[in-house]
Amino acid sequence: MATQHSRSAARLMMAPAVVLLLGWMLVPLSMTLWFSFRKFLPLRGGDQGFVGFDNYVRFISSSSFWPAVQTTLVIVLGVLIITIVFGVLLAMLLDQPIWGQGIVRILIIAPFFVMPTVSALVWKNIFMDPVNGLLAHLWRAFGADPVVWLTDVPVYSIVMILSWQWLPFATLILLTAIQSLDGEQLEASEMDGAGFLSRFIYIILPHLSRAITIVILIQTIFLLSIFAEIFVTTGGAFGTRTLTYLIFQRVLESQNVGLGSAGGVYAIILANIVAIFLMRIVGKNLDA
Amino acid sequence: MGRIVLEKVKKSFSEVTVIPPLDLEIEDGEFVVFVGPSGCGKSTLLRLIAGLEDVTDGTIRIDGNDATSIPPAKRGLAMVFQSYALYPHMSVRKNIAFPLKMAKMDQAEINRRVENAASVLNLTDYLDRRPGQLSGGQRQRVAIGRAIVREPAAFLFDEPLSNLDAALRVGMRMEISELHKKLDTTMIYVTHDQVEAMTMADKIVVLRAGNIEQVGSPLELYREPRNLFVAGFIGSPKMNLIEGAEAAKHGAHTIGIRPEHIDVVEAAGEGVWSGVVGVSEHLGSDTFFHIHETGLAETITVRADGEVSLKHGDTIHLKPRADVIHRFDAEGLRQS
Repeated sequence: MATQHSRSAARLMMAPAVVLLLGWMLVPLSMTLWFSFRKFLPLRGGDQGFVGFDNYVRFISSSSFWPAVQTTLVIVLGVLIITIVFGVLLAMLLDQPIWGQGIVRILIIAPFFVMPTVSALVWKNIFMDPVNGLLAHLWRAFGADPVVWLTDVPVYSIVMILSWQWLPFATLILLTAIQSLDGEQLEASEMDGAGFLSRFIYIILPHLSRAITIVILIQTIFLLSIFAEIFVTTGGAFGTRTLTYLIFQRVLESQNVGLGSAGGVYAIILANIVAIFLMRIVGKNLDA
Repeated sequence: MGRIVLEKVKKSFSEVTVIPPLDLEIEDGEFVVFVGPSGCGKSTLLRLIAGLEDVTDGTIRIDGNDATSIPPAKRGLAMVFQSYALYPHMSVRKNIAFPLKMAKMDQAEINRRVENAASVLNLTDYLDRRPGQLSGGQRQRVAIGRAIVREPAAFLFDEPLSNLDAALRVGMRMEISELHKKLDTTMIYVTHDQVEAMTMADKIVVLRAGNIEQVGSPLELYREPRNLFVAGFIGSPKMNLIEGAEAAKHGAHTIGIRPEHIDVVEAAGEGVWSGVVGVSEHLGSDTFFHIHETGLAETITVRADGEVSLKHGDTIHLKPRADVIHRFDAEGLRQS
């Protein structure tokens, strides 16, 4: 790629992809921005002109905004903590030589291939149903009153479903990281007198730090936009309304495109704040 | 103190026996080198002594105590690995201090020992760097530093120089020998390089397929190899091994003569071999000629003075020094 000629040829060939990607991103973004400044009620008079920052003020001053932000954070943080803690433990377990290793690994990874809607339905109807769910049967077998999961502890139920979905992903990434750990380092630390816990804290965990940051980064991006799991289970009731779900309700249930778009812009800002923080952490970790 | 005794030590991996029952004594303060071709079990033997592998049968004694089932950290041995096995996320200081920290030593004492080790190994300026920022030789020294701070009964080196380039290897060889003189601690060193073995060892243990072929000082092994394997393995370039009629003249199945024990002479005569010069390796001080068509062996290697000038294809006359011919019987064992 040294000469002037080959460089311009390369630019020319990259152009279609760049234009397509830009269009893909810029068109929806500018449409969202455009609608967020207009009063647009499709079933109640259509597009009724500019209203300035009215939508932004209304979205943020609505009584459901801060609870939605809080729910979003609880769900994201909860799933991150559960998947990383259990992911590290499972990865260490799967790293041991066992009989039928290949099959066990595939089984562990399987939940990741289940569609979000399907897994949410499975959890809702097969596990968490207060009358016929497996968990209800289990509770009754011990003589306890079944928990009405999606009504009594709705946010934690959703955290549980999401963790079940994302644990395989975290395990997979962490397992590959653990496998790349130099065996001689562990042996050296063993000779240096480090017990199991010291080896975990001083050797394994620092080795995994990069993989853990990557898991946090990728999962956060996806968890901020979860929708199907809430839609299928609680429909946003009982305080399970996340920011994404609130925007969906504003646009489709209240038929207020302007208000929803303003919420979308807030979501973009929030995602970018998170992204900047994460990029900094990841950047620092990837340099080392 | 570091006297290590192996009694009938045996190692098998399921069906495969890597080390058949083996006895070996390593005296306190000795520099012992395990040498042998790859796959001969020398690293396994070292790992058995370190405790990183369990022995299948037999006893390992360290300073008279049975250490066979003691965990590695409690044996009082320190090991330097081939890949150095430094902890990449810790500074050099923390790497060296790690074994002391694990021993829950007092912080002031840790600092004193680390500073001390760093000055011995010329690492003082690098204490706050990460291993990734160091050169190969410096990493090697950090690994040695991590071993010496523990003041172990013996050091175990597992091919520590094989990742270094040739010039650095010679330098590190000196440094390790120097360190041994300074610390006067038992060192066990594994290598496949017979030059390292010859230059560093007090005692060489030549291994083949888990068996000890010969134990002795470098010069004993050089002068009196016990069998054909040791004869061919020790010495560079390799000893010339000749079978057939020429060997029968000396009453042996095989005779061996080192390249440096053959003289180049002017004319053919009684007991003089003749051949055609093949490849010549000019080292400046010496020249090694590879001689073909002698009727003795496929190639005869000869060391001559650097001034001898013979070209490819020239005829050459060789006279072996009769008093340094090694004789071996049909089993490959030395006849004295």
